[in-house]
Amino acid sequence: MNQVLRVLFAPGFFASGPVHAALVVGAVVALVTGAVGVFTVIRGQAFAGHALGEVGSAGGSAAFLGGANPLWGFMGIAVVAAGLIELLGLHRPRARDVATGLVLGAGLGLAALFLYLDATSSSTTGVAVTILFGSLFAVSQQMLPSIVALSAVSLVVIAVCYRMLLLSSLSSDLAAARGVPVRALGIAYLVIMAVAVSLAAETIGAILATALVVGPPATALRLTKRPGGALVVAGLIGVAAVWLGIVLAYDSYYWPPAGHGWPVSFFVVALVFLFYLVAGAVTGIAQARRSRRSESASRLAASGCAEHPGDAA
Amino acid sequence: MVNTWIAATLVAVIAGVVGFFVVLRGAAFVAHAIPHGAFGGAAGAVLIGVNPIAGLGVFAVGGALGIGWLGRRGRHDVATALALVLMLGLGALFLSFSVEYAAAIYSLLFGEVLGVPSDELLPIAGLGIACIAALAVLYRPLMLTSIAPEVAEARGVGAQRIETGFLLVVALAATMTVPVVGVLLMFSLMIGPAATAGSLTRSPRNAIALSVLLALATVWIAVAVSYLTNLPVGFFVGTLGAVSYGCARIWTARRRGRTAPA
Repeated sequence: MNQVLRVLFAPGFFASGPVHAALVVGAVVALVTGAVGVFTVIRGQAFAGHALGEVGSAGGSAAFLGGANPLWGFMGIAVVAAGLIELLGLHRPRARDVATGLVLGAGLGLAALFLYLDATSSSTTGVAVTILFGSLFAVSQQMLPSIVALSAVSLVVIAVCYRMLLLSSLSSDLAAARGVPVRALGIAYLVIMAVAVSLAAETIGAILATALVVGPPATALRLTKRPGGALVVAGLIGVAAVWLGIVLAYDSYYWPPAGHGWPVSFFVVALVFLFYLVAGAVTGIAQARRSRRSESASRLAASGCAEHPGDAA
Repeated sequence: MVNTWIAATLVAVIAGVVGFFVVLRGAAFVAHAIPHGAFGGAAGAVLIGVNPIAGLGVFAVGGALGIGWLGRRGRHDVATALALVLMLGLGALFLSFSVEYAAAIYSLLFGEVLGVPSDELLPIAGLGIACIAALAVLYRPLMLTSIAPEVAEARGVGAQRIETGFLLVVALAATMTVPVVGVLLMFSLMIGPAATAGSLTRSPRNAIALSVLLALATVWIAVAVSYLTNLPVGFFVGTLGAVSYGCARIWTARRRGRTAPA
C-alpha cells in the first residue's frame, strides 16, 4: 500500500507548502468556474469568457508594472471589458461576436504594450510566460484569503440569481415576458464571469483560464441534463482535473527531461480535454444502446412475438 | 525594412479578404483560435529544430479539422475553446522544455514585423495566393451558406464541407501571417477592418475592397509608428482596429439620426 502511494505521490508531496496552497486555491477556483461556466456554456458565451481572460492579461501585466498584485489588474480590466462587450454587442449574436472580437483585439494590443514595458523596465524576462501561462505553485500565500473571499461572493451571487439566470439563459424572451431584467442580468452575469475568469487566470494563466470555465461545465452538461446537477458535476470535474494536474506536475520532476517539472497548466488542460472526450464517448455509447434497444423492442412488437405475452397486455 | 513593408502588405491583403468572411459568418472566435493555437505548433517546431512555419501549419490545419470534427458533435464555441486551450497547453509544455523561451514566445504572440528575413517572403506570398485562390473557388457557396443557410441546403450545398473548407482557409492564412506579425496582429487585422467595412457598406464586393484598404492603412500606420516609437506593432494594430470601428459606428449612427426625422 505504502509503495503504491509512493508511486502515485512523489516524496514530499504532502509536506510541501506551495502544494497545499495550490490544492486549496485550485479547488476553490475550480468550484467557482464550474458554477459560472455552466451558464457560460448554456448561454453560448465561451468566446466572451475566453476574451475576458486574455484581455485581463493586459491588466495583469499593467499591475505587475505598477508593482501591484496581478489579480487586481486582471479583474479591473476584465470587468471593464465585460461592460464594453455588452454595450457594443447589441442583441444580435453576430454583432456580439464581432464586438467581443474587437474588445479582444484592443485588449491584446494593450497586453502587448504592457508586457513589452514589463520586459524592458525589469530585467526579468519570464513575466510574459507567468502572466499568460500561470503557475499554480507560484500563487502567493497572502492572496489566499482574497481568492477565497472573491470565490465565495461569486458563488453567493450565482445562488441568489440562480432561477432568473437560468430562465434568461434558456430563453431570454420568456424571461423578459416574466419581468426578469434581462439586460441588467446579462451585464451582472458578465461581471461575475470576469471575476471567475480572473481567478482562473491567476492560477492556470490568462490564456488557459478558458479551459476551466468551458471544459468541466461542457463535460457536465453532456453527462446530465439537469442544470442544478450540472453545477455540482462541473465543480467536481474541475476539482478532479486541477488536483490530478497538481499531482502529475509534482511527479513530473522525476520524468524526462530529468530535474525539470512539466507545467501544471498543461496537465490541467489536457485532463479537462480528456474528460470532455470521454464524456462524449460515454453518452454516445449509451445513446446508441438505448436506440438499439428501442429498435429491437419495436421489431419484437411488430413481429407479434409471443415470448413476452405479458408485455402486450 | 523593405521586407517588412512587403510582408505587412501581403498580410494585410489576405487578412482583409479572409476577415470579410469571418465577420459575415460570425466566426471571430475560430479566427482567433486557429492562429493563436497554432502558436503551440511553432513552439514545438522550435523545440525539435524544425522551421516554425511547418509547426504552425501542422497545428493550424490540425486545429481547423479538430474544431470542425468536435463542432459537429457538440456546441461549436465549446469545441473551439477546448481545441484552442489544448493547443496552447501543448505550447506551454513545449516552451517549458526549450531554453530561450521568453523572447521567442513574445515575438510569436505579438509579432516581430520589424525583422522579417527575405527568405520568408516567398512562402508567405505562396500561401497568400493559395488563400485567395481557395476563397475565389469557395466564394459563391460561402456567401450562400453564410447569408441564407436554408437556401443553400435546398440547393444541395454541403454546409459542413463548406465550413471545413473555410476553416482550412483560415488555417492557411494563419500559417502565413503568424510568423511575421504574431497571433495578435493577425486576429486584430481580420476583425477590425472587416467589421468597420461591414458597418459602412452593404454590398459584399465593396465591403471586401474597403476591408482590404482599411487593413493596408492600419498595417502601414502601425509599422511606421512602431518604427518611430519603438513600441510593439501589435499595440497599434489592436488599437487602430478598435478606433476605426468605433468611428464607423458613430458616423453611421449620426447619419441615420440625421436622415431618420426627414
